[in-house]
Amino acid sequence: MSKLTHLTLTEARNGLAKGDFSARELTQAHVEAVEVCRSLNAFITETPDQALSGADVSDERRRKGDAGVLEGIPLAIKDLFCTQDVLTTAGSHILDGFQPQYESTVSANLWSAGAVMLGKTNLDEFAMGSSNMTSYYGGVENPWRRSGSNEPLVPGGSSGGSAAAVAARCAMGATGTDTGGSIRQPAAFCGIVGMKPTYGRCSRWGTVAFASSLDQAGPMTRTVRDAAIMLRGMAGHDPKDSTSVNTPVPDYEAAMTGDIRGLKVGIPKEYRIDGTPAEIDAVWQQGIEWLKAAGAEMVDISLPHTKYALPTYYIIAPAEASSNLARYDGVRYGLRVPGDTLDEMYEATRGEGFGAEVKRRILIGAYVLSAGYYDAYYNKARRIRTLIANDFKAAYEKVDVVLTPTAPSAAFGMGDKMDDPVAMYLNDVFTVPASLAGLPGVSIPAGLSGDGLPLGLQLLGQPFEEGTLMKVAEVLETAAEFDALPQIIS
Amino acid sequence: MAVDKDTVARIAKLARIRIPEEQQEALTGELTEILNWVEQLSELDTEGVEPMTSVVAMTLPQRQDVVTDGDCADKVLKNAPEGAHGFFAVPKVVE
Repeated sequence: MSKLTHLTLTEARNGLAKGDFSARELTQAHVEAVEVCRSLNAFITETPDQALSGADVSDERRRKGDAGVLEGIPLAIKDLFCTQDVLTTAGSHILDGFQPQYESTVSANLWSAGAVMLGKTNLDEFAMGSSNMTSYYGGVENPWRRSGSNEPLVPGGSSGGSAAAVAARCAMGATGTDTGGSIRQPAAFCGIVGMKPTYGRCSRWGTVAFASSLDQAGPMTRTVRDAAIMLRGMAGHDPKDSTSVNTPVPDYEAAMTGDIRGLKVGIPKEYRIDGTPAEIDAVWQQGIEWLKAAGAEMVDISLPHTKYALPTYYIIAPAEASSNLARYDGVRYGLRVPGDTLDEMYEATRGEGFGAEVKRRILIGAYVLSAGYYDAYYNKARRIRTLIANDFKAAYEKVDVVLTPTAPSAAFGMGDKMDDPVAMYLNDVFTVPASLAGLPGVSIPAGLSGDGLPLGLQLLGQPFEEGTLMKVAEVLETAAEFDALPQIIS
Repeated sequence: MAVDKDTVARIAKLARIRIPEEQQEALTGELTEILNWVEQLSELDTEGVEPMTSVVAMTLPQRQDVVTDGDCADKVLKNAPEGAHGFFAVPKVVE
């Protein structure tokens, strides 16, 4: 039965429709794969019973001719999405024992489309990190190792458990969330596809908030077509999220025609950064050649404020986080550490409940929002955010999509960069600008580094043009012929 | 912009996070490093640029001001570390 876990989501969908196997058989194979890969620590909570009973219900629905777009597909859910009566931790000690009494809109949409939940995946605490090492539940191991080395590597973050689970064939797809690169960077590190849709495409309701003007949910899968199918199941207007956009969700697969002749691809000069490893530049150049060969036209563009994107992000995101995380007070849910007064209880609970990186960001946020600094830091950053968004607007008058590397390196060792917050932040140098502009982006596995690790290419698109992105991404995917398997399953 | 230990203690108080004395020194260094790094933004002239409020140009939707949810006190209290008589319980705040 292990072969079922090596199918793509698309193949499984077609196999289920033809009756080659049941949702029960497909789910059973994945439940076993999750057990086999426990050493990765990709899951905080496994829900095998829920998965199998969900699969039975799905088989029944199919018998009645009532199959949804994700009918019978076993998925993993990042532990940032609230799931009714299932422990939801956000990777934090402060949410100890929290069992939401409601379901996030994104996961509810997936269940309505017929999907089956395998469990909740590990993540950086409150999605703050690029390594998955800040989780209270411990780091996640990347299923990949460097050739000839046994050193465990990070899967990237913050959606590290989701990326590892999909790469290790434990799940056919997983939800991620992306605030500054948290879907795209782990997808690149683990050799999978990860898409951050346009801000507003997926509802944020019921997803634990980090930075509300940036947070966006998206699919993590092994192929572009899989991502197109899964996004269709996740997206949609939701009156419970006032920033959710009220436009129909297209059939993204229909856009994937394979024809990109005459399409204009922007190559931003500011993404050529001193000190980027030669193999990152090489994979970028390879991507350019692939798209040219498919008939696309390359256009040199400039996004002049790129270098200011990361520091801008590290003011705006902590500012919003300091406000969002004020709700963890030991009163309504999660951890409570006793204190003699209400204030002492707050301080003790938050002092013990939050990890080091979360504390750093709350304190930076509180500082940049405090009297006397609000204009100099927070308003300044919001002004520069406008300039960054304007850079993209100007570029999209000339081009349809933008091609860049996803991350400045391949996966690094567990424990590396831990003592230098700013070095860790630099992981997101290529992903953060589009986050600030609210634009969709997708990472596709494009090749292997010299020591055998996956490298990703990133495509950025215009608002709500996910279909165009999928089309171009599939052309890259076809050209790249990425079929390497991580060591854990090869 | 360097922050000192007193500033860290003040913002930790504002954020209601207890930082043990022995961690304050290291945290002061880390926050200073981050703030020095973001300082590069000051070299950019942003005179006359509107601060961004939303990446998607939209007017926030409004709905009728009616009750759409509720009557679920048990669910609301289900995860409370301490509850009593249908309320959240906290340490005494009024003498």
